[in-house]
Amino acid sequence: MNKIIRNLVGTIMALCLFTGTVAAATEIHWWHAFKGRLGTLLAEQVDQFNAAQSEYIVVQNRKGNYSETLNAGIAAFRAKKHPHILMVFEVGTATMMAAKGAIKPMYEVMSEAGAKFNPDGFIGPVKGYYTTTTGEMLSMPYNSSTPVLWVNRDAFKKAGLNPDMDLSTWQKVGVALDKLKSSGNKCPLTTAWQSWVHLENMSAYHNIAFATKENGFAGMDTELVFNGPVQIKHIQAMGNWAKEGKFIYAGRRNEGGKAFRAGECALYTESSAGYAGIKKNAKFDFEIRHLPYWEGVKGAPQNTIIGGSSLWVLSGHSSKEYKGVAAFLSFLSSTVIQAAWHQNTGYLPVTLVASQKTKESGFYDSNPGTDIAGIQMTRKSPTSVSKGLRLGSFDQIRGMIDEELESVWSGKKTAKSALDDAVKRGNVLLRRFESSNR
Amino acid sequence: MSGMVEKRGISYWLTHVGLTSGVLVLFFPLWLAFVASTVTNQEVIHPPMPLWPGDQFLENYSRALIEGDSGQTSASVARMLFNTTVVATGIAVGKIVISFTSAFAIVFFRFPARNIFFWLIFLTLMLPVEVRILPTYEVVASFGLLNTYSGLIFPLIASATATFLFRQFFMTVPDEIVEAARIDGAKPMRFFIDILIPISRTNIAALFIIMFIYGWNQFLWPLLMTTDPSMNTVIMGVEQMIGGQDDVTPWPVVMAASIMAMLPPIIVVISMQKLFIRGLTDREK
Amino acid sequence: MEKRVYFKGWFLPALLIVPQLAITAIFFFYPAGTAIWWSLFNPDPFGLSTKFVGFANFDFLFSDPYYKESFYTTAIFSVLVTFFSMGLALFLAVLADRLIKGAGIYQTLLIWPYAVAPAIAGILWLFLFDTRTGLISWYLGLLGYDWNHLLNHNEAMGLVVAVSTWSRVSYNFLFFLAGLQAIPSTIIEAAAIDGARFWKRFWTIVFPLLSPMTFFLVVMNVVYAFFDTFGIIHTITKGGPGQSTTILVYKVYSDGFVGLDLGSSAAQSVILLIIVGILTILQFKFVEKKVHY
Repeated sequence: MNKIIRNLVGTIMALCLFTGTVAAATEIHWWHAFKGRLGTLLAEQVDQFNAAQSEYIVVQNRKGNYSETLNAGIAAFRAKKHPHILMVFEVGTATMMAAKGAIKPMYEVMSEAGAKFNPDGFIGPVKGYYTTTTGEMLSMPYNSSTPVLWVNRDAFKKAGLNPDMDLSTWQKVGVALDKLKSSGNKCPLTTAWQSWVHLENMSAYHNIAFATKENGFAGMDTELVFNGPVQIKHIQAMGNWAKEGKFIYAGRRNEGGKAFRAGECALYTESSAGYAGIKKNAKFDFEIRHLPYWEGVKGAPQNTIIGGSSLWVLSGHSSKEYKGVAAFLSFLSSTVIQAAWHQNTGYLPVTLVASQKTKESGFYDSNPGTDIAGIQMTRKSPTSVSKGLRLGSFDQIRGMIDEELESVWSGKKTAKSALDDAVKRGNVLLRRFESSNR
Repeated sequence: MSGMVEKRGISYWLTHVGLTSGVLVLFFPLWLAFVASTVTNQEVIHPPMPLWPGDQFLENYSRALIEGDSGQTSASVARMLFNTTVVATGIAVGKIVISFTSAFAIVFFRFPARNIFFWLIFLTLMLPVEVRILPTYEVVASFGLLNTYSGLIFPLIASATATFLFRQFFMTVPDEIVEAARIDGAKPMRFFIDILIPISRTNIAALFIIMFIYGWNQFLWPLLMTTDPSMNTVIMGVEQMIGGQDDVTPWPVVMAASIMAMLPPIIVVISMQKLFIRGLTDREK
Repeated sequence: MEKRVYFKGWFLPALLIVPQLAITAIFFFYPAGTAIWWSLFNPDPFGLSTKFVGFANFDFLFSDPYYKESFYTTAIFSVLVTFFSMGLALFLAVLADRLIKGAGIYQTLLIWPYAVAPAIAGILWLFLFDTRTGLISWYLGLLGYDWNHLLNHNEAMGLVVAVSTWSRVSYNFLFFLAGLQAIPSTIIEAAAIDGARFWKRFWTIVFPLLSPMTFFLVVMNVVYAFFDTFGIIHTITKGGPGQSTTILVYKVYSDGFVGLDLGSSAAQSVILLIIVGILTILQFKFVEKKVHY
């Protein structure tokens, strides 16, 4: 026993010597959730920053998926071993905002460091998601995407449909689905992230509220209201399509992508960030279209909202380090970086200039459809119900919505009773979150 | 092994048929993983998936090794293998040592609060790591054990599996053996070393295999508590290759990496096999 | 259960038990105690504020009809997993124990599934059963059967039970085999008779001798089914469709680890702890009476 401990201690000490580095520049630690190709692109950004100056060194560390990264950040914060920058997915936004003592708002970091920072340079709905009602930007949008409609043109041709047909409204999509189904297509329509696409975005896109108090932006006493007539109509239509075998449910996350990329499905509602994967693996002619809307709903189409993550600065570090953080965040929001990030990943360019620059470079002409997401977000300026969502315990609420929607797809419940139940169950959680953060 | 079915009767063949069908069913998902590691990604994702290995074996396995080496972990595959071996061995040995001695104390002695101690240890089975991960992190951090082997090992050996197993086995040791040892004037530790350890051999071997694999496959705890890439483990490296969020996964490479990551535990299983031979127990009687 | 013959003294046993108690106290009781203490609070995850709420977390849980339903789901799931993983393992272990030549190969192959990292196990099964694109679901589709565990409750339950069983069989197999090997061969040889009589002898002579190991495995498998299966459920069904595969520990995981509601997940852990605690005490009190040491 003793020997084991002694050996262990020996190994540890050896390791400490082995890994000890000479700290010349100030280290800035960034914990994130990216791996694979996206992780490589992220690492390149960090390398570029480190090579461009010598005062700071950014050290990036992957801490698992979004939930694992958030947990790692929280665990480390409690033990006072936390990084400077933490990547948090958009549903964790309310949790981070409520943790007032743990975060250092981005606008504060920037102004204290005197870094040049213009929040209005960000495109509206991206900025809006991470900004308070009084206009203070709290975190730095990193990867943002919005749902679009993916079309398998070959499947349309096979069904005798004109692949260039108008698919801008759900009514017209419905006609296409009928045709696809009757011609023997096994998977006319599938989706990823059902709650995000078919309730959250669907509501913003039709300029109707998802929750009261400006979708939660104006107060924690917000209540869910996504069981209105338009939402019920949409979910009921989807439910009917599911029953008729026209809408194929593939899972709560983006599992539907597997079937779409394999060429099984004709239409697929999924994030614009699916671009790289679909381009790489689809052996068919595909196209990106705007997310459809219901014709006849006043104000539609408004704009869609984002998903993705933002970078939060955590409190408790020295002002010299925060200067480095500010420098790094300005670097990340620079036009060159943003334009490259957008073109490589399919994520939105978060600044207006980056989007302009991409356009000028001719990227959209050689990659048709990659500008759709940007247009869809910016063609109208966001209203009080199309900025985004700020709801506590939203991850669990999404889970409840998933459960209730599944009962519609399987025909167990009507759209109305499922949405009523989801609203009722979700509101209980909102009240719980409110009381714990008061 | 003492052969029970020496003659090649019907029973002999039925035994083989039974085992072979069991192996076929249980092994099929692994076979598929192997097939997936030898074909192209297109073949994996376009249904139906092939059932027979393709010709991409070298391509995929070398890519798995190279990407393992050049991925964002910045720890080499050799380094990750070394770390994982240290952690898995530490967990297996540590757990067996502390459990063997404590089960010995609980079964072969009478002392106050003996059963309470057993139940206290037993409780560790009843709360998953995920629930207590935040406070555990704080404890490990307060000992300064983040990014260390001890920090990776100790929280994971606080569990009752081995203690419970040894207790069960020690209860079956016939009283006569203990009695004989006492009459011979053997001290408890003599009995422990000369008799108890040898007759527990198969159980120790089984536990070592189970605990080694358990330690080998740890993911969440190493992920949370290491920030130093040189402390990364193999499963972290494999998991890294699976596409996250909006990314696509190169399945053949991931499967090649998974299969390579399984080899060290399998080597442990094979090398432990000779301990699974009946015989010593009989001589002791 | 007590041994009739034992050694005297208290210092040596105390010394022997201290290492495990110390490690358990530091790395289990302290953190676990903290986590459980939270069941009376509504803490914010960063540890900035903790508000005492008494039993409000428990009230909150029991006012949720969906939570009560998951007790039923958990019971079915645990019984099925324990039964199948132990039954299959015992069968294979008995067969492997009868062989001299070739047993090693079978052993290695049968232990291999346990070597699959839990993160990968679920993925392998989705290769087989993914709706539409999985290998088996694809061929079932050709036969006209539409496998869809995403919307069919029974198929979802069947699949998570199958995967949980699969990743546990090796564990049980290995311990059953160790148990069988520890039985003196003179006894086994007496039972070594061909054909049907073998199994009869097995149940009357060998199985009772195996009972301490069987008891160990029953307890461990119930614990496994209750606590260690959320990773599989997370990969394969995420608790759905609806809540048909949401077992208690999955909700602990998704509320606590993913949703960061530490108060509620602590309260759920306490409830789980009480249930499994009672189950275990009952097993020790009643089942262990039948165990032949």
